[in-house]
Amino acid sequence: MIPFNILVAVCVVYVAGLFLVAFVAERRAANGRSSWLRSPLVYTLSLSVYCTAWTFYGAVGYAARSGLEFLTIYLGPTLVLVGWWWALRKLVRIGKTQRITSVADLISSRYGKSNTLGVIVTLLAVVGTTPYIALQLQSVTLSFSVFAESDTLGWAPMDLNATSLWVAAGLALFTVLFGTRNLDANEQHHGVVTAIAVEAVVKLVALLAVGIFVVWGVAGGVEGMMDRIASSPLAQTRFAGGRWAGLTFLSAAAVLTLPRMFQVLVVENADERHLATASWAFPLYLFLMSLFVVPIAVVGLASQPAGANPDLFVLTVPLSLGQEGLATLAFLGGFSSATSMVIVAAIALSTMVSNHIVMPLWLSWQSAGATVSGDVRRVVLGARRVSIGGVLVLGYLYYRLTGGSEALAAIGLISFAGVAQVLPALLGGIFWRGATKRGAVAGLVTGFAIWAYALFLPSFGAGGVMSAALLADGPWGIDWLRPQGLFGFAGMDPLIHAMFWSLLLNTFFFFAVSLSGFPSPLERLQGAQFVNVFEHSSGAHGWVHGAAEAEDLLMMSQRILGPEKAQGLFQREAVAQGKVGYLPDTTPAFLERLERELAGSVGAATSHAMVGQIVGRSSVSVEDLMAVADETAQMMEYSSQLEAKSEELSRTARQLREANEKLTELSVQKDAFLSQISHELRTPMTSIRAFSEILMDGRTLSEAEFSRYSSIIHEEAIRLTRLLDDLLDLSVLENGQVSLNRQPGNLRDLIDRAVAATGSLDGAGRLKINRARAAEDLALLTDTDRLSQVFINIIANAQKYCNAAEPELRIRARRTGQGIVVDFIDNGSGIPKKSQSIIFEKFSRLSDRNAAGGAGLGLAICKEIMQNLGGDIAYLPGQGGAAFRVRLPMTEAQAA
Amino acid sequence: MKAPARPLFLERRGYRSRRIMDASRLLPVLGFLLFMVPLVRQPDGNGPTAGYLVYLFSVWFVLIVIAAILSRRLRRATGGAPEERP
Repeated sequence: MIPFNILVAVCVVYVAGLFLVAFVAERRAANGRSSWLRSPLVYTLSLSVYCTAWTFYGAVGYAARSGLEFLTIYLGPTLVLVGWWWALRKLVRIGKTQRITSVADLISSRYGKSNTLGVIVTLLAVVGTTPYIALQLQSVTLSFSVFAESDTLGWAPMDLNATSLWVAAGLALFTVLFGTRNLDANEQHHGVVTAIAVEAVVKLVALLAVGIFVVWGVAGGVEGMMDRIASSPLAQTRFAGGRWAGLTFLSAAAVLTLPRMFQVLVVENADERHLATASWAFPLYLFLMSLFVVPIAVVGLASQPAGANPDLFVLTVPLSLGQEGLATLAFLGGFSSATSMVIVAAIALSTMVSNHIVMPLWLSWQSAGATVSGDVRRVVLGARRVSIGGVLVLGYLYYRLTGGSEALAAIGLISFAGVAQVLPALLGGIFWRGATKRGAVAGLVTGFAIWAYALFLPSFGAGGVMSAALLADGPWGIDWLRPQGLFGFAGMDPLIHAMFWSLLLNTFFFFAVSLSGFPSPLERLQGAQFVNVFEHSSGAHGWVHGAAEAEDLLMMSQRILGPEKAQGLFQREAVAQGKVGYLPDTTPAFLERLERELAGSVGAATSHAMVGQIVGRSSVSVEDLMAVADETAQMMEYSSQLEAKSEELSRTARQLREANEKLTELSVQKDAFLSQISHELRTPMTSIRAFSEILMDGRTLSEAEFSRYSSIIHEEAIRLTRLLDDLLDLSVLENGQVSLNRQPGNLRDLIDRAVAATGSLDGAGRLKINRARAAEDLALLTDTDRLSQVFINIIANAQKYCNAAEPELRIRARRTGQGIVVDFIDNGSGIPKKSQSIIFEKFSRLSDRNAAGGAGLGLAICKEIMQNLGGDIAYLPGQGGAAFRVRLPMTEAQAA
Repeated sequence: MKAPARPLFLERRGYRSRRIMDASRLLPVLGFLLFMVPLVRQPDGNGPTAGYLVYLFSVWFVLIVIAAILSRRLRRATGGAPEERP
C-alpha cells in the first residue's frame, strides 16, 4: 500500500515542479525567448482546462450511470473547434483587436462598453463557476480518501476537510503568484499557460495509462474489451435523445462562454494561426481523453463492489488490482485536472471581478478622478489578488456547505447551463449589428433568472433553498410555475427543461428588445467593429505589415518628432532592412521602436493609441484609457505649474519695472540734486569769494562795511558747514554706525523743545501750532535728542512748505497697542500722490519754488533716525494737508 | 461597402481557397449531423452501445483528420495569415 505520507510527498514534489515550470516560463518570456512557449502545441494543450476533474473522474462515473451520454460533453467542443472558421476565428480576432480581457469584457465592450453588462456577466460567471471550483476541491479530497481507505495505517477522515482547505490555499498561492505577476496589456500569463500545458500532458498520460492497462492488461485486448462492453450493464442503458442533442449543444455553448475557456482560447492566444492547429489537435486531445472511458467504466462495474462510487473507478480499479504506481499516476492526473481548472478559472474570474466591479467602484470613490497617478496598477493587481482569494474561499465554502454529496457530473452540467446564458448575447454581438445593449441585458437577466429558478436553486435538493412544496406544487400552488415544470412542461429532464426555457426566453428577449430599441452611437460603433472585424482590422499577430501604413506613420511621426528626426529614424530603419528610401516595412520590431520614440514625446499610452489607429488596432483598453488619463493629469498639472511660473515671472517683471521707474526717477532727482547741491555750495562759495576779494583790496572800506562783509562770509561758511554736517549725518545713519543714547523722557517736553527750536513757540512764528498737550503726557525711553531732531525737521518743513494763507500745524499724540503714534498735520495743499513715494528718499526736493534752505536731506534723515529707533515715519495721505505719522515701538515707549 | 474591384471569376488558386473555406464551414454541420444519427435510429436494446461507441469514435476521428487537412490547406492557401471576408 502507498503510505499517505508518500502520496502527499508526491503531490508536493509535483506542485513544486509546476512552480518551477511556471517560473522558468515567465523568465523566458521576460527575456523574449518565448518561441516554444507560444507554439501551437502549448496553445492546444492549454485548452485542456476544459477537461477538469469532472472529466477525469466524472466521465467514467457518467458512463457507468448513463452509457454513452458522457460523449456529448466532448462532441460539442469538437464541433466548435472543427468549425473554428465560423466563430472562434472571429472571437480571437476581436479579442486581439479590441484587447479583450474576459468574456464579461467582450460583452461589455460590444454593447457600447456598458459596465452594467460587465457586472451581469461577471456575477453570472461567479455564480456559475463557484460550484465548479467546489467540485474540483471535492474530487481531490475524494481521491485522497480513496488512498486513505485502503491505507492499512488508518487515516482519520477528519483530515479530509483539512485536505481540501490546504488544496484551496495552495491553489490560491499559485494563482496569485503567477496569475497576477503583472498587468500585461493583453493579459497573457506565460507561466500559467505553460504549467497548464504540462498538466494537460500529465492527465492525458495518466488516463491513457489506466486505459491501456484496463484494455490490454485486464480485458486482454480490443476484442475482449468489446465483448465485455457488449455484455456489461452499461450497454443496456437507454439512449435519451433529448439529452443527447441538448447536452451536445450545451457543451458547445460552454466551450465558447466558460470564463476559463475564453481565457485560454481568446485571451491567452498568442497567434491567430495557432487556432488552425488547435482546430484539429484539441478534438484529438478530447478524443484520446474519452477513448478509454467506457472500458474503464465497464471493468470498474464488473470488478468493484456494488456500492462503489463509479466516479472513482479511475483510481479504484488500478488500486484493487494492485497497480499502485498506476494509481498514483492516475491520482496525479486527477490532481492536475482539478488544479489547472481552478487556476485558470480563478484568473479569469478575478480579471472580471477586478475590471468590472472593483475598479469602477474604486474609480467612482476617487473623487479626484483622472488626477489619480501612479498607483492605479497596484490597485488593479491588489483587486485581482483579493478576488482570486475570494473565488477560492467561495468554492471552499460551497463545498463545505453542500457536503460534497452530489454526483460530480450534476454540478458540472448545472454550471454549463448557467454560463451558456451568455451565448445569445455573445453570438448575436459578433454576428448581428442590430444587437443592442438593452436586448443583451434583457436576455441575460431573463436567462439567468430562469436558470437560477429552474435549475440552480432546486439543485440543492428539496428542503434546501426551495421547499419540497414549492418544488412539487409551484409558488402559491400555481402549477405552471413549478421550478421543474414551467408552463406545464412537466416530466421533462430537469436539466433539459431548464436549458430549454432559459435559453429560449433569453434568446427571445434578446432579439425582441434589440429589434424594438435604438442603440447608442458607441454601441453602433462597437457593433460595426465587432461584426466587421475582418474589414476593420487585419493581422494575424500584433501589428501588421503594409507600405501605405508606413507612409501614414511617417506623416504622423513628422508631426510629433519633427521632419528631420522622423525621416532620419525611418531612413535608418529602411537601411537596416536593406531597403532604399524612407519607407521601411512596418515590422513589429520597428513599430515597437517607433512607439517608444513617439512615447518620448507624447507619452506611452497616447503613442500606442496613435500607432494603433494607423495600423488598425484602434481601440484602447481600460488600462490604456487610465494611462492616458494619468498622463493628461500630469500634463495638466505641469501646465498649471507653468502657468503659476509665468504668473510669478510677470509679477517679478512688474516689480522690476516699478523698481526701474523708481531708479530712473531717483537718478533724475540725483542729477537735479547734484546741480542743486553744486548750486547750494556754489552760492555761498561765490559770495565768500566775492566778499573776501573785496576785503583783500579793501583799504577804502569803512569799519561797518568790513564788519558786515566778514559776517556774511561767516554766515555763508556756517551754511556750508550745516550742509556738510547733514550729509555726514545721513551717511552715518544709513550705515548703522550711529550710537544711540537712550534716556527716559516725556513726549510733551520733546515737542515743547522742538517747537521752541523752530521759533514757533506761543504763536511767535508764521506757523500756528495746534496741540493737545494733555494727550502728549507720555513717558519714553529713547534717544530724545534724535527724536526731537525728527520733530524739529517736520515742524520746520511745515513752516517752509505749508502754503496756506494762515498756516497751522496740528500735533496729535496717542498711545496704541503697538506703541506711541504722533501725527503732524498741516493745512497746506499736501504732497501730490505721485511724489509721496519719494519724499523720504535722499536728495528729494519736490520743488525749488521755495529755496528756503535744506538740500532735500531732512526727511531722509528723519526716516533713518526712526528706523534706528525701531519705529518709522510715514506720509499719511488724505488728511487735508501734508501729514506725517511718527511711530515709536512699545520698547521705546514707557508706560506712563 | 461596395467592392466593384472583385473579379467575376477567380483564378484557380483563389477559387480553391474559397472552396476550402466553404469546406471548413461545412465540416461542423456534417459532424453535427453524423453525431445525431443515434437519435434517428433508436437502439433496439440488444447491446447497441458497443456499436454506437465504435461508430461515434470513428466519425470523431474522421472529423479530426479532415479538420487537420483543411486547416493545413487553409493556412497554405491564405499565406499564413487568413485574410478573408466572412
